[in-house]
Amino acid sequence: MQKEQDQILGDLTSGEYKYGFYTDIEQDSIARGLSEDVIRMISAKKNEPEFMMEFRLKAYRHWLTMKMPLWAHLNIPEIDYQDKIYYSAPKQKAKLTSLDEVDPDLLETFNKLGIPLEEQKHLSGVAVDAVMDSVSVKTTFKETLAERGIIFCSFSEAVREYPDLIKKYMGSVVPYTDNYFAALNSAVFSDGSFCYIPKGVRCPMELSTYFRINAANTGQFERTLIVAEDNSYVSYMEGCTAPMRDENQLHAAIVEIVAMESAEVKYATVQNWYPGNKEGKGGVYNFVTKRGICKGDNSKISWTQVETGSAITWKYPSCILRGKNTTGEFYSVAVTNNHQQADTGTKMIHIGENSKSIIVSKGISAGVSNNSYRGLVKVLPGAQNARNFSQCDSLLLGDKCGAHTFPYIESGNQSAIIEHEATTSKIGEDQIFYCNQRGIATEDAIGLIINGYAKEVLNKLPMEFAVEAQKLLQISLEGSVG
Amino acid sequence: MLVIKDLVASIEGLKILKGVSLEVKAGEVHAIMGPNGSGKSTLASILAGRDLFSVDSGSIMYNGENLLDKSPEERAKEGLFLGFQYPIEIPGVSMVNFMKTAINEMRKHRGEKPLSASEFLKKMREKKELVEIDSSLTNRSVNEGFSGGEKKKNEIFQMAMLEPKLAILDETDSGLDIDALKVVARGVNNLKSPDSATIVITHYQRLLDYIVPDFVHILYRGRIVRSGGKELAVLLEEKGYELIRQGEVNL
Ligand SMILES: Nc1ncnc2c1ncn2[C@@H]1O[C@H](COP(=O)(O)OP(=O)(O)O)[C@@H](O)[C@H]1O
Ligand SMILES: [Mg+2]
Repeated sequence: MQKEQDQILGDLTSGEYKYGFYTDIEQDSIARGLSEDVIRMISAKKNEPEFMMEFRLKAYRHWLTMKMPLWAHLNIPEIDYQDKIYYSAPKQKAKLTSLDEVDPDLLETFNKLGIPLEEQKHLSGVAVDAVMDSVSVKTTFKETLAERGIIFCSFSEAVREYPDLIKKYMGSVVPYTDNYFAALNSAVFSDGSFCYIPKGVRCPMELSTYFRINAANTGQFERTLIVAEDNSYVSYMEGCTAPMRDENQLHAAIVEIVAMESAEVKYATVQNWYPGNKEGKGGVYNFVTKRGICKGDNSKISWTQVETGSAITWKYPSCILRGKNTTGEFYSVAVTNNHQQADTGTKMIHIGENSKSIIVSKGISAGVSNNSYRGLVKVLPGAQNARNFSQCDSLLLGDKCGAHTFPYIESGNQSAIIEHEATTSKIGEDQIFYCNQRGIATEDAIGLIINGYAKEVLNKLPMEFAVEAQKLLQISLEGSVG
Repeated sequence: MLVIKDLVASIEGLKILKGVSLEVKAGEVHAIMGPNGSGKSTLASILAGRDLFSVDSGSIMYNGENLLDKSPEERAKEGLFLGFQYPIEIPGVSMVNFMKTAINEMRKHRGEKPLSASEFLKKMREKKELVEIDSSLTNRSVNEGFSGGEKKKNEIFQMAMLEPKLAILDETDSGLDIDALKVVARGVNNLKSPDSATIVITHYQRLLDYIVPDFVHILYRGRIVRSGGKELAVLLEEKGYELIRQGEVNL
């Protein structure tokens, strides 16, 4: 019986990755390898002002003194950083009539990914910044947003057009000294999105960035900066995919969020980088530093993530709750299947009085994967009446996968209330059979159960993406019979 | 509709069914009775397609086709319903979502369009009334935290929603009070039609006061040792399973 079940699991744990195609487009790439010259070249290609190049070089020099972090519950093969390409941009065919026009091949690529870049075709109410490899291809609805004083553009453009804002905020939440990958990103980051919401403005549409790795052997290093001034609101969404390749692709990103007084920022991610094949060959190494600061009183930052892709995920979207009455939230569903490994969670740093945080983490493991939750709740002495509630659930499909939780609590204030709940469950064969008996096939039954399990997190996603995320969860687990 | 011939089945090498034959025609109600451990639930599980059991020999035809060739969900979609003796809890999956998925899968199989939200809710309301199930139950996750009786009622509710051709109810009456028993009976009687059939597996004859069977079978140690009309159930109730042991058995 057990043997048969193992067989079924072994045979079927194989979700198809829909986004594995490659666009054959001419690339403007530099040679492999990393050095100060390479960094100067990247900076020059992007026509950056002096301060930016200085920032990069400082970060690079610092990175050289650092070592890869090894504390995560991950088995990370050695990465040869000299074997990667650090800049690659799709060459747009010449003679475009307007600056805003996009090469048809690129439009087609994003169409195939379900991200139409023509504004009239796009999901109503969502503005997109589309990034392929090292550069932003197009940002939609820029003018509509500009009418309200909202800046939404590629990071490169922001460096040129709004250097004062960039100087003020870049690295203010995640300094380049923060960690190994943050230093690397700060040295070589290619593009990303910048978003600025002025005082008192509610952003009228979802802002979103779609990241696509296309070129081979190219690292993707994007960075996103969101600044929400007093009493402003923005909901931001990030998606990503990559072609299927046998070699591993490197992705190291930074996201920084600054929320001023009474501002609210919601940041949602549906991470679907190529996870590698059934045998664990290929896939993206995803090393991401995401952090927000609730700087002003009564501000709120909410992270929601649905992590289904990548061979390795190392990611801890965090909140620094500096102001009084601030709120930090982290809602996460992380799925690992086949040979995927994920070590993900959050840090909630309570500094301000009455700061609150909520952590809801739902891990789903299948195949021979490993899925870890790692979270820190830290209450500083001044954070009178800080509150945290953490819920960490693990769901196992089959018995060859692993689920782990590493909750760390450091409380420096007696008045703090910190609660932690954790559960582990399995999808039972009897549950599947019960669904089968009602006419629901096994794949759909798993989808139903998974989506039920992850409901609390999926409900936090913007409507347009919730449905997509539900489908994605099911596809990621296709064949993983409990 | 259903023809079982010389069914021999085992689990982990242990023979449970030792040659069961049974024919159920459309429009009929059959009762299967017998002491604990006789193999009643095993028979029901095999009909529903649970792969825990292996069929060693014999055949099962359903509407002229080999039932054993079909997956559990195919059987369900072709109108076979099992009311579980021990219904399963599925945390996180709402009854509404569960039923909607099930109904629409079956409609898809029949080439029908999915029910609209309002059609579905109307149907829910109707059937809820029929089985007197509380709204608070259908708003919860499937069977999660339901009492024993609530779970049984929920099986009948699902049966009413899915309108099967062949319903097999495995001890749906066990542990129910008389009011709940009447609800179960109403559910079954309501489904009765010339082209559908029911097999009620029960321990007690009292359910058969409300659901009048056309045939009663006694399953004992993996064999149907006696079949008859509803009077067999009465006899069994009076004399108990002594009846079988005393050898007054027509084999
Ligand atoms: N999953 C199982 N594993 C091992 N033995 C089982 C299993 N299910 C049933 N049996 C055995 O099969 C026999 C018949 O059980 P069952 O069909 O449940 O009887 P009934 O429903 O008539 O009480 C019993 O001896 C029981 O112990
Ligand atoms: Mg039984």
